[in-house]
Amino acid sequence: MTALLEVQGLQKRFPMGGGGMLPCRRAAPSFLHAVEDVSFTLRAGETLGLVGESGCGKSTLARLLARLLDPTEGSIRLGGQEIGAIPAKRFGAIPATRPGAMPSTRPGAMPPRAAIQMVFQDAEGSINPRHTAFEAIARPLRQLSRLSGAELRTRVERTAALCGLPAELLGRFPHQLSGGQKARVGIARAVATEPALLVLDEPTSALDVSVQVVILDLLRSLQARTGAAYVFVSHDLNVVRLLCDRVLVMYLGRVVEEGAAETLFAAPAHPYTRALVGAVSVPGRRKGEERVRLSGEPRSPIDPDPQACRFHGRCPIGQDLCARAAPPVHELPGGRRVACHFPLTAGAMAAA
Amino acid sequence: MSASLVHARHMLSGNPVTALAFGLFALLVAAALVGPALVPFDPIAAAGPALQPPSARHWFGTDAVGRDVFSRVVVATRLDLGMAFAAVAIVFVIGTLTGAAAGFFGGWVDRVVGRIADTVMAFPLFVLAMGIVAAMGNTVANIVIATAVVNFPLYVRISRTEANTRRNAGYVEAARLSGYSEGRILLNEILPNLLPIMMVQVSLSLGYAILNCAGLSFIGLGVRPPTPEWGIMVAEGASYIVSGEWWIALFPGLALMLAVFTFNLLGDGLRDIVDPRRRT
Repeated sequence: MTALLEVQGLQKRFPMGGGGMLPCRRAAPSFLHAVEDVSFTLRAGETLGLVGESGCGKSTLARLLARLLDPTEGSIRLGGQEIGAIPAKRFGAIPATRPGAMPSTRPGAMPPRAAIQMVFQDAEGSINPRHTAFEAIARPLRQLSRLSGAELRTRVERTAALCGLPAELLGRFPHQLSGGQKARVGIARAVATEPALLVLDEPTSALDVSVQVVILDLLRSLQARTGAAYVFVSHDLNVVRLLCDRVLVMYLGRVVEEGAAETLFAAPAHPYTRALVGAVSVPGRRKGEERVRLSGEPRSPIDPDPQACRFHGRCPIGQDLCARAAPPVHELPGGRRVACHFPLTAGAMAAA
Repeated sequence: MSASLVHARHMLSGNPVTALAFGLFALLVAAALVGPALVPFDPIAAAGPALQPPSARHWFGTDAVGRDVFSRVVVATRLDLGMAFAAVAIVFVIGTLTGAAAGFFGGWVDRVVGRIADTVMAFPLFVLAMGIVAAMGNTVANIVIATAVVNFPLYVRISRTEANTRRNAGYVEAARLSGYSEGRILLNEILPNLLPIMMVQVSLSLGYAILNCAGLSFIGLGVRPPTPEWGIMVAEGASYIVSGEWWIALFPGLALMLAVFTFNLLGDGLRDIVDPRRRT
C-alpha cells in the first residue's frame, strides 16, 4: 500500500526582524530554524508520534502538515499530490478534484482542505466564544462539504454523537462546557469532514488525567472507525507509547530518531531519546538502571551552526567530532533512523 | 434575543449605577424623540419678558429675548444627540473596520492605516475639528464629519490592537482549517468578538462627541442662532453670568454635563451585557 503522506526535506525558517527601518541600521537577516530537513512517510490508519521538549519545532511541524503555515522548503505529498507548494492562504479554496482522487476514507470528492484537519491544544481558545458547539462543528461542513439545512443538522448531530457529545449540549456556548466537553467539540469539528489525515497538537495536555484517558480512548475508537492517519504531537511519552505506531523524536527542529514506538522506547539509539525515555517515571523500573539527566538549556535555534550536532554541549556522550560535523543519519534495522555520530545500537550497548 | 433581555435585567439588578445610566439614557432619548412636541413654549419665539429668573411658569427662566430656556434645553436634545450619534455611527463603522483590517492583515494595510491615524493624532483634536468646519463650511453635516474624523484614531487603535491579538487565535486557525478566506474570517470571526470592546468605546466617545459638537457651536462654528443647541446657549448665556442672570448658561450646561455623564456610565454597563462570557 502506498503512503498517504510523504514528507521530504521539510524546512521552516522564520525571519527574525532585521532591526531598524533605515537601511544603515538593518542587521544581516537572521533566521529561526524551527523545522529543519524533516522527512517521513505515513500510511493510512497509522499513528505517528511527534515528541520533544518545548520549542523543538513539533508544533510548527504540526502546523506545516495541517497547511496552516507555508514551508520554506521541502515537499508534502498527500495521496501522491504535492500540497506543500500551495500557499496556505489559498489551500482552503482548492475545490475537490475528480471523485476518488483525494485519499478519502469515504468514496467521493473532497477538497484537500477537508482531507487534513487538526485538533488544537487549547480547546477553549479554539472555539469562537460567540459560537455554539453546534455552530463550531457545523462550520467546516458548511464550507467544505457544502451541507446545509436538515442534512447539515443530522451530520453535525451524528458527528457529535460519535465523539460522545450529547445533542443537548450542542446549543451551548464554549464557556458553558467543561474542559472535556470542549475537547470533544474540537475533535468533532476536526473529524466532521472525515479527514484522511488528522493532526493532533497536544490534544489532551490541558485536561485532567481522568479526562485524558477518555479522550484518548475516543481518538483510538475514531481511528478504528474512520481509518484516518494521525500525527500526534505530545510531551507525554506514556501517551505516545500507548497511542502511536511510530515515533519521531525532535530536537531543535531536527529529527534525531525515528522508529517503531515499541523498539524506540525499549532501546533508544540516540542519547537524547534515552534521556527523554529515562525522564519518564515507569512503574516497575529496575533499581540501578541508569537515568541520563540532561543539564543546561538547548542551544539557540537562531542561525545554528550547520557544522555541529545541535545536541552537542548537552549530550552525555558528545565528543570533539560532534562540534565539528553534523551527524549523519544511520539506518538501523526495522526502519529505524538515528542522527548521531555514536548511536547507542544494540551492539554498542552490549560492548559497553 | 429574549436570553439577552433576561441577561440585561440580571446585570442591571446587580448594578444600580448602570441601571441609573440606562434610566438617564432613556430620558435623554425620550427628550430627543418627543421633547419638541411636549415643551410648553416655542423654542425660537419670545414667550414672556426677557431675563426672567426660574419660576413656576418658566422653569429655567427666560433668556435675553424672552425665550423659555426650559423649552430650548429640551428641544436642543434632539440636535445635540443626533449630531453625536451620527458622528459616532460613522466613525464606529469606518474606524472599526479599517482598524480591524490593519490589525488582522498587518503588512502594508497596517502601515497605511497606522500612518493616517498618526497624522490625525498629530493635531490638537479640537483645533483640527475647528479647522475642518471652518474650511468645509458652517453646517451641521460638517460638524458631524469633523467629530467623526477626530475620533477616528481612537477607534482604529483599539480595534487594531484587539484584532491583532486575535489574528492567530485558536478559533481563527480553526476557521482557516474550515476553508474560510481571510476576509470572511475577519468579518465572521474577528469583528463579532471586537463588538463588546467597541461598544464601550462607542458609549465613551458619545459623551466626547456631544462635547465636541457643543464646543464647536460654542465658539461660533457650525449651528447658528437662533437654533436651540446647548453649546450656543451656553455661549449666549455666558455674558449674562457677570450681571447675575446665571440661569441662561447654567441649565444648558447642566444638560450637557448630564449627557456626557450618562454616556460615560453607560460604557461599563454595556460591556457587561454584550460580553457573552459573562452570560450564565
